[in-house]
Amino acid sequence: MTNQNTASAAKGKSSLNKLGGQKFIVILVIIGLFLLFSVMSPNFRKYTTLVSMLDYSYYIILMAIGVTFPLITGGVDLSIGTGLICYSLVGGYLISFHDFPVIAGILVTVLFGVVIGTINGTLVALMDIPPFLVTLCTCMITRGLGSIIVGGFGITWPNAIAPGGWFRKIFKLTIPTDGKPRLLPIGIIWVVLLVLVMSFVLNHTRIGRYTISIGSNKEAARLSGVNVKAYHVLAYTISGLFAGLAAVAYSAVFSTVQPGSGAGFELEAIGGAIIGGVSASGGVGSVTGSMLGVFVICLLKTGLPFIGLQANWQQIITGLVLIGAVLVDILKKKRG
Amino acid sequence: MGDVILTMKGIDKSFPGVHALDHVNLEVRKGEVHALMGENGAGKSTLMKVLTGIYTKDSGTITYEGKEIEFHNTREAQDAGIVIVHQELNMLNHLTVAQNIFIGREFKKGIRIDDKRMNEEARKLFNKLNIDIDPTAMMGDLTVGKQQMCEIAKAISHEAKVIIFDEPSAALTESEIEELFKIIRDLREQNLGIVYISHRMDEIKVITDRVTVMRDGTYVGTLITKDCTKNDIINMMVGRVIYEDPKTHSMVPDDAPVILKVENLNAGKMVQNVSFELRKGEILGFSGLMGAGRTETARAIFGADPKESGDIYINGEKVTINNPQDAVKLGIGYLSEDRKRYGVAVQKTVAENTTLATLDEFVNGILIDKKKETEIAQKFVDSLATKTPSVDQLVVNLSGGNQQKVVIAKWLTRNSDILIFDEPTRGIDVGAKSEIYKLMNKLAEEGKSIIMISSEMTEILRMSDRIVIMCEGKITGTIDISEATQENIMNLATREIG
Repeated sequence: MTNQNTASAAKGKSSLNKLGGQKFIVILVIIGLFLLFSVMSPNFRKYTTLVSMLDYSYYIILMAIGVTFPLITGGVDLSIGTGLICYSLVGGYLISFHDFPVIAGILVTVLFGVVIGTINGTLVALMDIPPFLVTLCTCMITRGLGSIIVGGFGITWPNAIAPGGWFRKIFKLTIPTDGKPRLLPIGIIWVVLLVLVMSFVLNHTRIGRYTISIGSNKEAARLSGVNVKAYHVLAYTISGLFAGLAAVAYSAVFSTVQPGSGAGFELEAIGGAIIGGVSASGGVGSVTGSMLGVFVICLLKTGLPFIGLQANWQQIITGLVLIGAVLVDILKKKRG
Repeated sequence: MGDVILTMKGIDKSFPGVHALDHVNLEVRKGEVHALMGENGAGKSTLMKVLTGIYTKDSGTITYEGKEIEFHNTREAQDAGIVIVHQELNMLNHLTVAQNIFIGREFKKGIRIDDKRMNEEARKLFNKLNIDIDPTAMMGDLTVGKQQMCEIAKAISHEAKVIIFDEPSAALTESEIEELFKIIRDLREQNLGIVYISHRMDEIKVITDRVTVMRDGTYVGTLITKDCTKNDIINMMVGRVIYEDPKTHSMVPDDAPVILKVENLNAGKMVQNVSFELRKGEILGFSGLMGAGRTETARAIFGADPKESGDIYINGEKVTINNPQDAVKLGIGYLSEDRKRYGVAVQKTVAENTTLATLDEFVNGILIDKKKETEIAQKFVDSLATKTPSVDQLVVNLSGGNQQKVVIAKWLTRNSDILIFDEPTRGIDVGAKSEIYKLMNKLAEEGKSIIMISSEMTEILRMSDRIVIMCEGKITGTIDISEATQENIMNLATREIG
């Protein structure tokens, strides 16, 4: 038995294959859902639907990229959803009310994410507080903090034609044509690029290797001389950084940012990551998988209303898909 | 033996409430295998942790290659050439063999980790050691024996000058131990200093040059191995003579009834057509190589793994065991080979662990009767001589032997009539081992029936009334203790392989 195991492992890094297998299934699910919705609803097939779906996906994918790291360490980051709104509010507030240049506002937004992420990481890794608790607390704190700083009002970042609206074009380019101007959702290029970069970081750099090690056997990594605490903090810093980037994407795509919102965003990102093959118990996962998983969630979110199933149904179905993904994870483990 | 490479002198270390090391000395020379022996809690591991920088010493000096040093973490010790092969395998199951070996010091190409080169280097390392392992295999897919070899390869790859083996043989089969010894002899040839911690007296005689003995955190003395007998060492360790002789004949009365009967049990490849009988008051040894299917058989009987077919009779009555709850209800207790994973809840107290299988009896209405729980736990702590400050101590703070006693107490509380001991003394030192043996004999005398799975030949010969031998999932023979020899057991254990 063991010999066979070793042999199959030798053939090609079995657990990587397993992960590849799950990605393959997810891609099939994406294609299947896309075909299903396209066939059932003519409106779904429209270009504008695709664009609006991508608009919805950017910030969730960015959050999912980041949260993949704490998840792989065996932890979680619940603060990214409300954090996103908080960072975006603060950045937008500085631009709108304190005449900050847009670039400075963006920097503040991202940096704020990095700071909150690092605080999360410090509490988890250095103080040994369970990640669930730590990030639940920062989730509540960021929700309150954002509202207080902006005084409870919604914030609008400069619109596309206003001075300083250039940042919106990063995600959506307008091409003037004879008739209606055509919108190009080029944000997907940057998002995919970031996915590839972080995929490289996870698979081919120390940061990634040690992130996996922490999730696999933290003590073993520590005894091997790895600075476990630093890399553990870093996983949450990365999560915060990408929550900050997600905040920028969110501000660029949507017109107004409302204080008090954002709760639940993190669940879509975490759900996407798990559908994409991140093991709920740590040690296994991939950034590309997380992106694909988010696509599944976004497809459901956009597509279900077109076939007459409203938001509540969409949540139920997303929940069922998640359970399915977790079951796949557990079955894989059982088979060894 | 060459020059002295490492001297630890007057090492002192206290933890809150425990004087763990009391002026301990150790001297290691180049090209020697130096045994470090002592009972559980004698301070061997603590001493090695002080050496490798995991703990900071309170006083004393460490001289290494002529210079006084103090390491602050394992990394510094590794870099200086002192590495430790841990008793508990410290493997990252989600990474490959090569990634495990080079963890913490990956080869890099720019910012990219050079996995290809790591695979090559690992392959070279294995070639040097004559080990056949694929560097790209996932660590989690390897057998315990192979994982141990990887751990050794990892230690050697640090260009080590001193290697500490912390009970390396605890989980290995006899043939794997032979392989290990070959490697250790090679390393000695290469003039490395080797510290070998083990509880197996036979190994100490075979592989080591000198022995340093510790007792209760103090230094007892250092002997030259070939000039001393086993009993000399044991006496130094425990201060009393304890070894019992092997059994020569079965202790089970001829008219003892059959308690457990297993017929044609099948569960996957590792359990094929297994049939045997266990009689009242019998200690039935299960011998065989690692991977022979002994643990799998036990788990299938206990309901921990699904069965494909086969019948189980208890006291002549056919029973259905679909899960461990069924087994426990029928009076079967299983003491896992992997205490940490399956045997005890380490973050719970001695008392909580003792009553884990019988909690119903301690529930008063809806509340747990803490007083009764404490009483029962204390009773077993006393009768099994478990060394613990109190029954409220967390099990994680106890030594291996004492953890095992807590597990035994758990099943005794349950009044189990059939006890399955899976490697009952793995990682347990001589003194505590003897106590566990006495305990098992006493249980058998009281009419409990015991299945004892063991990879240690001496243990099998010393404890069993009858011996079942398995090989590749099948029973290849059953021998009465009066006819059993190492040779005929080994013969049956390797029948289908060799």
